[in-house]
Amino acid sequence: MSDVLNALVILANFVVVPGLAYGSQLALGALGVTLVYAVLRFSNFAHGETMAIGTMFVILATWGLQSAGIGFGPLPTALLALPVGIFAAIILCLVTDRLVYRYYRRQKASGVIYLIVSVGVMFVYNGLIRFVIGPRDQIFTDGQRFIIKAREFKKMTGLNEGLAIKTTQAVTVVTAVVTVAAVFWFLNRTRTGKSMRAFSDNEDLALLSGINPDRVVMIAWIMTAALATIAGTLYGLDKSFKPFVYLQLLLPIFAAAIVGGVGNPIGAIAGGFVIAFSELFVTFAYKRVVTYLVPDSMAPDTLVQFLSTDYKFAVSFVILVIVLLVKPTGIFSGKSL
Amino acid sequence: MSLSVRNLSMFALMALLFVTVGFVQSWDVSLALLNMCIISAIMALGVNIQWGYAGLFNVGTMGFAALGGLAAMLVSVPPVAGAWQAGGVGIFGGLVAALLTVAAGVAIWRRTARLGRRRYWLTGLVVLVGYIIMRAIIDPAVEAIEAVDVTTAGFLGGLGLPIVFSWLVGGIFAAGAAWVVGKISLGLRSDYLAIATLGISEIIIYFLKFEEWLTRGVKNVTGLPRPVPYEIELKQSPAFQSWASGFDTNIETVASLTVKLCYAGLFSVVLLVVLYLSEVALRSPWGRMMRAIRDNETAAAAMGKNVTSRHLQVFILGSAVVGIAGAMLTTLDGQFNPPTYQPLRFTFLIWVMVIIGGSGNNWGAVLGGFIIWFFWIEAEPIGLWLMGALTSGMAPDHWLRLHLIESAAHMRLLTMGLVLLLVLRFAPRGLIPEIKR
Repeated sequence: MSDVLNALVILANFVVVPGLAYGSQLALGALGVTLVYAVLRFSNFAHGETMAIGTMFVILATWGLQSAGIGFGPLPTALLALPVGIFAAIILCLVTDRLVYRYYRRQKASGVIYLIVSVGVMFVYNGLIRFVIGPRDQIFTDGQRFIIKAREFKKMTGLNEGLAIKTTQAVTVVTAVVTVAAVFWFLNRTRTGKSMRAFSDNEDLALLSGINPDRVVMIAWIMTAALATIAGTLYGLDKSFKPFVYLQLLLPIFAAAIVGGVGNPIGAIAGGFVIAFSELFVTFAYKRVVTYLVPDSMAPDTLVQFLSTDYKFAVSFVILVIVLLVKPTGIFSGKSL
Repeated sequence: MSLSVRNLSMFALMALLFVTVGFVQSWDVSLALLNMCIISAIMALGVNIQWGYAGLFNVGTMGFAALGGLAAMLVSVPPVAGAWQAGGVGIFGGLVAALLTVAAGVAIWRRTARLGRRRYWLTGLVVLVGYIIMRAIIDPAVEAIEAVDVTTAGFLGGLGLPIVFSWLVGGIFAAGAAWVVGKISLGLRSDYLAIATLGISEIIIYFLKFEEWLTRGVKNVTGLPRPVPYEIELKQSPAFQSWASGFDTNIETVASLTVKLCYAGLFSVVLLVVLYLSEVALRSPWGRMMRAIRDNETAAAAMGKNVTSRHLQVFILGSAVVGIAGAMLTTLDGQFNPPTYQPLRFTFLIWVMVIIGGSGNNWGAVLGGFIIWFFWIEAEPIGLWLMGALTSGMAPDHWLRLHLIESAAHMRLLTMGLVLLLVLRFAPRGLIPEIKR
């Protein structure tokens, strides 16, 4: 019996807990991509850099708070700095929309033009980030590192295997739940949220009913900037802040959005968790789990790993390919916002 | 061909820039720039075939260029006999198993349409079992190969053929990858191709970085054989010595310049051939059909054109050109170094070249390739000089001054982004616009 428990604890420690955290980060990222797609109707390649630049603002604010001697007790100071970062990111996104995207909206440009424009925006953001904070790694986590340490867990339960939960992981999940709840409340319960859904469903009809398109677009950018900053900060807290990593996150985030069905917020969240857990399940080495579960004589001498962790980004690509081949509209198709 | 005075003068201006660099910096720098510019121009031609002719947005140029580089390495490096003995059979067996798995998966998928939902599980199971068998065969072989002469080899090596041959092979590799990606993502919404190419290019780079039995991964393969003579051979040959004595610089400089000129000659031939073929294709009925499809897919489909398969064709052709350029780049570098492939440098920069040069116009793509690469390289000295001049009033160790000078290197990303956005907004047709026929 304890063998089974030990095996489960290993899985929980290396797959379930990190998967929940990573999945929340991807879900928030995908939610931003989906929102832009639903309202502005293009795939925003600059989203990864928006996440990075929002995180950069948060880091700068965190440094300011830290040097002023303000902390958040056991929680990371970055949470206090988050509103500042979100505010800065919102300003940046609105300025970008005014200077760049609005022109193409007036022109009724095709989606692929928007795509290239967003690539240009990505370049500019990337340059800004490197200019301000540099291309190096930044670790900005502070506060208490663990909620449960592996050693304490072992002592508590008497099992061989430990379960560690990092503060950042718990913070990630809680923040993500709060954020997603707020987004859905906004979309489903408020007048503005409803007008956004109407606009995304049928633009012409929405315009006829007197919905102001500029306002809808503005709110979409505000929400996207906030979501991107939160997702980027949570990812940065959990791992570390490297500017180029956010470019690589673009692939899993797009995969999550497409798997769930682009333009569908529930799909984006489901997609985020599908991608995160598949990545971890496929690249996890099951050797120790199997060793607990089978008799000693049958213990494996290889890692029992489907794919080396080097290829974790390939997992999201393969899932993307399968979805494109089998059901190009995604799991939750036929619904927008 | 269709070169007006305006366009010719732009090319002349470009030539003047090279001459200026030759006098201000050195002719060595100028020629090195020229060689890279030619390769960039070929890559831009490849992207222009996809975007300019057919309106396909490929964000995976980096991956296709890297496949070209892989081809250059695999063709030119001599085989490592020990590694082939240690694991050649296993690798071959693993590849056969992989092919059989794919074939079995496809066959089962095609024949089991009546099974409904169980079809997914059955195909998945077959692929999974096949994958496990392949790993069982290939893993020991990989381990054995990577253990052979770790410091110098640890990989299978190549074929030991002349490296020029690899330019063709690079094109074929890239075309193969393009076929797979195109098959999956063309015919769906247009941004799916963009996302799929973004994904495949990342995966190609990861594959090249981590499959050490094939590429030595991050340990790099250096000293690839050259298609042109080495400087040291030139210096030793009496004929060259007597020829070089006619110039009033030392023999090292002459040798280095000669080698670079040889490369420039070889590359120019490829550039001219690709440019000629692209122009012929653009003017042919095929080119007209492509433009018709690009400008109105529905109408072209109604006229009986198979839009998806034409898109696949043009996507493969463009990617093959990028692959050729990638192989040439690795030839010029003389080493295969997977971590140097960066998306900003290999994908997005090429895009900027095409957009600025003028999408849909081959001459524009070539001009864009030259200009953008030139300024991409020269931005650093110019930026440093600018920052130095701007901050000259500050104390030499002022933090802002130090920060600005340190970040001058990153200015080019910002500049490229701004240039792209400005051109898209104010001159979306580029420097040499497409000719409406």
